[in-house]
Amino acid sequence: MNDAVIQLDSVSKIYGKGEAEVRALDSVSISIDRGDFVAIIGASGSGKSTMMNIIGCLDGATQGTYHLDGIDTGTLDEFQLAQIRNRKIGFVFQNFNLIPRTRAVDNVSMPLAYAKVHRKERRERALEVLASVGLAERADHKPSQLSGGQQQRVAIARALVTNPVLLLADEPTGALDTKSSHEILDLFESLHANGRTIVMITHETDVAARANRVVRFQDGHIIEDHRLRDVHAHPVATAVPA
Amino acid sequence: MMIAESVRFALTGVMANKMRSILTTLGILIGIASVIILLAVGAGTSNAIKTQIGKLGTNVLTVSRQTTAGGRAAGGQAVTGPRSRGTNLTLQDMAALTDPVMAPDVAATAPVVTAQNVTGTYQDATHAVATFVGTTPSYFSISNDTLAAGSYFSDGDASSGTAVAVIGNTVAQDLVGSSVTSAVGQTIALNGQNFVVSGVLAQKGSSGLNDPDDIVVIPYSAAQDKFTGYSPSLASITVQAKSADVMNQAQNEVQMILDARHNVTSANRDYQVRNQAQILTTATTTTATLTVLLGAVAGISLLVGGIGVMNIMLVTVTERTREIGIRKAIGASRGSIVSQFLIESLIISLIGGVLGIAAGYIGSAFPLLGTQPEVQWWTVWLSFLVSAAIGLVFGIYPANKAAKLRPIDALRYE
Ligand SMILES: Nc1ncnc2c1ncn2[C@@H]1O[C@H](COP(=O)(O)OP(=O)(O)OP(=O)(O)O)[C@@H](O)[C@H]1O
Ligand SMILES: [Mg+2]
Repeated sequence: MNDAVIQLDSVSKIYGKGEAEVRALDSVSISIDRGDFVAIIGASGSGKSTMMNIIGCLDGATQGTYHLDGIDTGTLDEFQLAQIRNRKIGFVFQNFNLIPRTRAVDNVSMPLAYAKVHRKERRERALEVLASVGLAERADHKPSQLSGGQQQRVAIARALVTNPVLLLADEPTGALDTKSSHEILDLFESLHANGRTIVMITHETDVAARANRVVRFQDGHIIEDHRLRDVHAHPVATAVPA
Repeated sequence: MMIAESVRFALTGVMANKMRSILTTLGILIGIASVIILLAVGAGTSNAIKTQIGKLGTNVLTVSRQTTAGGRAAGGQAVTGPRSRGTNLTLQDMAALTDPVMAPDVAATAPVVTAQNVTGTYQDATHAVATFVGTTPSYFSISNDTLAAGSYFSDGDASSGTAVAVIGNTVAQDLVGSSVTSAVGQTIALNGQNFVVSGVLAQKGSSGLNDPDDIVVIPYSAAQDKFTGYSPSLASITVQAKSADVMNQAQNEVQMILDARHNVTSANRDYQVRNQAQILTTATTTTATLTVLLGAVAGISLLVGGIGVMNIMLVTVTERTREIGIRKAIGASRGSIVSQFLIESLIISLIGGVLGIAAGYIGSAFPLLGTQPEVQWWTVWLSFLVSAAIGLVFGIYPANKAAKLRPIDALRYE
């Protein structure tokens, strides 16, 4: 429990009221350890994204509690949640979600701006992370000048720039061809090898096979939780910046 | 440091849609420029009137006939002989006002006989005269007139009705051309009657409301003979008090003398005494009212400009909902979203404000409505503050709307 980065206890998410009520999540409990690499699978509409958004503090649970890194997120106000999203979580979306007309390096350094990091340091750090995803050459390109795979790598660089405890990815390879998908997954594997905690939603079984643990969703429930490899086969997570 | 960041983000936003930003800025620009120009016109006009008051002197009273019902009734019992309306103000009345015992505070008097629609002609040139006065030479000193060339007519000319005229600068220019002094000695026709120009008055300068140089002055008896037809009554009597300080005493003396002569009381007076300065003060008040009205119209155009800013900011926020969602997802707080959009609307309205001030200055360099507008310093500061306030007031709602979006809703927005 102490080592759990994510701790969900009987979390439910209910959309709508009365007749139109949808239980997207129905009393889900799950614990994810530091340094783990978890793949979430399940049919469309089974509640995967709903849980991911709650874990990423983009959305709140209707019932139940969520502890992130030991903090009960239900007690936090809007400003504190923004800080959590900024410092502790890196989010990668299926459709990249880069800010248009803004250079790759500026997209990547943006979370640091919200963390009030100095301008010069921000740029250095952003270039460093861009280089680590293999895009040093493309730093000054706008999103419209990049391929899908490159855009997703910029998005991953942006998610990693604040050195968060948690990397969340909702179908990160969903919009990419096989080659780009492999590049992204290789990147995830090396991040995991360096101790990063990763939670990734996917539809493809071969993608899921790269993870340590596979969790299957159905109708808002976890119906299968399957460990493929031991977490501690890899070195322990790097320190989180203060 | 975060402010610098918000400014940078906001600038990117402004530049992202240049045409739209320019048009929105234009709305503010026009509003601010019209406020500055219209208030400058108001100030210019009221200053011109003040200057004119100074030129007229503050010690002139005008006694004119009253043609109200009360006046008529009183006139009927006071004077013998048939009369169509009002009562007479006669030369005898005027002479009585100069009695040093009864009216110690009156310095000088002049009769005024007027006629409407007088047209002057000289060779091929014609000019419709705005002010046509038949009087005595004392009129010139009472009205603070000076000569540019030639001479006034004499008291003898005044009573005998010699066909001579003293003309104002505007009249001289229209009739004989730019070298106005050459008019002296020429014969001009006034409504077909020949008059010899004896003098040209020095220019007084326009006040914007009327032109004091558009005047022809002739002997009163000539005016009665040739324009009004003989009538015992004068249009008015101009009275000069010894000084501005004894205006009230002079007015009381005039009223006492005329009340006795016309056999009336303050209740049924058949004449009216007006203070020139008061008339102009009324004009100043009118100008002030006009200025407020003009300012209000300009203010409304500024308000419309402000609504334009709000409209565009709302469009921008809607268009960039996803961007707001992304920013929130990577850690933007409510405050940083608010400041980004607020600064964006501030930039638009401040640029509009600064350009509007410049346009206001340029626009005020040219005469408008016959006056030279005078830009007031305070309107410049006010405009700057108002445009900043517009940016804030009309930006706050869209900015808040953007900031309070939940990240997940903003990200899902299509
Ligand atoms: N904003 C919403 N309002 C109402 N219902 C919603 C909303 N968001 C999601 N749902 C419903 O919640 C259920 C779970 O949706 P969710 O997006 O979590 O599915 P998913 O597992 O991510 O599916 P996919 O694999 O297609 O992405 C679905 O039935 C969906 O219709
Ligand atoms: Mg989904």
